[in-house]
Amino acid sequence: MTTMVSAAEEFVPPSAPDFWQPLVGTGAFAVTRSMIVMLLVTLVLAVVMVAATRRLSVVPGRGQYYLEGVYGLVRNSIGRDIIGSAHFRPYVPLLFTLFTLILLNNLMGIVPPVQFPTMSRIGFPLALALGVYVVYLVAGVRRRGLGGFLRNLVPSGLPFWVVPVVFLLELVTFLITRPVTLTLRLFGNMFAGHILLLLFALGGEYLLLHGEGLLKLVSLPAFLMFFLFTAFEILIAFLQAYVFILLASVYIAEVYADDH
Amino acid sequence: MSALSDVTAAAEGGDGGFWEDAYPVIPHPGELIVGIISFLVLYVVYRRLVVPRLEKLLAERRKGIEGGIERAEAMQAEAKAALEQYRAQLAEARTEAAQIRDQARAEGQQILEELRAQAQEESARIVARGEEQLAANRQSVVNELRGQIGALAVDLAGRVVGESLEDDARRRGTVDRFLDQLDGMAPGTPGDGRTGSSVFVPGGDR
Repeated sequence: MTTMVSAAEEFVPPSAPDFWQPLVGTGAFAVTRSMIVMLLVTLVLAVVMVAATRRLSVVPGRGQYYLEGVYGLVRNSIGRDIIGSAHFRPYVPLLFTLFTLILLNNLMGIVPPVQFPTMSRIGFPLALALGVYVVYLVAGVRRRGLGGFLRNLVPSGLPFWVVPVVFLLELVTFLITRPVTLTLRLFGNMFAGHILLLLFALGGEYLLLHGEGLLKLVSLPAFLMFFLFTAFEILIAFLQAYVFILLASVYIAEVYADDH
Repeated sequence: MSALSDVTAAAEGGDGGFWEDAYPVIPHPGELIVGIISFLVLYVVYRRLVVPRLEKLLAERRKGIEGGIERAEAMQAEAKAALEQYRAQLAEARTEAAQIRDQARAEGQQILEELRAQAQEESARIVARGEEQLAANRQSVVNELRGQIGALAVDLAGRVVGESLEDDARRRGTVDRFLDQLDGMAPGTPGDGRTGSSVFVPGGDR
């Protein structure tokens, strides 16, 4: 907000501080705009889902048809096909929660009047990635025991001197790389997408208001790009939610893979 | 740690405090907590209510479809059984028809045989009666001829001899004797009753 005020004379491109939008209080526990969006999305999802599943009929109506479509995508195309039909059931609530929560939060980046992608604040994707992290570590240790879990990190049949190296690499992958990449991928996509939208919107606005002569016309392609990227963001919103649960399923599926 | 010190340095320059100029990859604790709480709340709601309801629906639907398949299979089996039954009945009817036909044929044969036997019997009877009648006729003819021949012979003899044999009784005796003599002259002549003159009647006829 401050940037727009100061941009009266000279154009200031959108940057990270634009995402810091405290509403109440300051500091580490300030109530921010993204928190409100997150709580709103959670509330809407909980209410809508509970209400929509209250009266399910074997022959679905239109609303139930879409709900079942999304549920079927998460349950069958990802959960069952990746984790395997023997073990996927306990993880369906987790995957469905992740998918709907990420998708709706991402869509909030382009839906007026919210127009703020929650996942561009890294705390939220980190929270979700931590959930996945805990689940696949706990499931792995429960299935094989701590020793078995650690032994299973290294594929059998390696020369003995390679084993410690591979073990360390795999341990780092399991404990650090996976949750971090899961977090960063979602965060980065939403952050960058929103920066682009801001750039086209603010740049077009600046050109229109402060441009010299014909330069005002350049705001037209800027606004056009804004609309195009808004449409593109819908695709990204869906894709990132999909990729997130896809990778979560792959990590969980490894727990049940008999070989490494 | 170096990142944090950078951030702190950057924060000194800004006017919105540390978090305005912090690197965007540093999670805001409040947001992280809200994210975890929201995630857990929604997870519990889904796990308790939403997913069980949807799973129940899927199970019901699967059961419905399986029930439908079972019903269809039962109906198919029923239709098959009915078809088998009809086929059996048809085969039975065919054999029955064949039996009836055979029986009818046999009966016809029997009737034919009977008729033939009857006709043969009839014809034999007719032949026998004809023969009888023939024999009777011949007998009467023989008898008649015998009388006439006798009279003629006596008449002839009387004329030849010149005397009239008036006594009938004597005359008859003579003729009979004569005829008996004729019979006696040819006792073993074969076929004398048919090929020879009807005068020479075999003696057995009398």
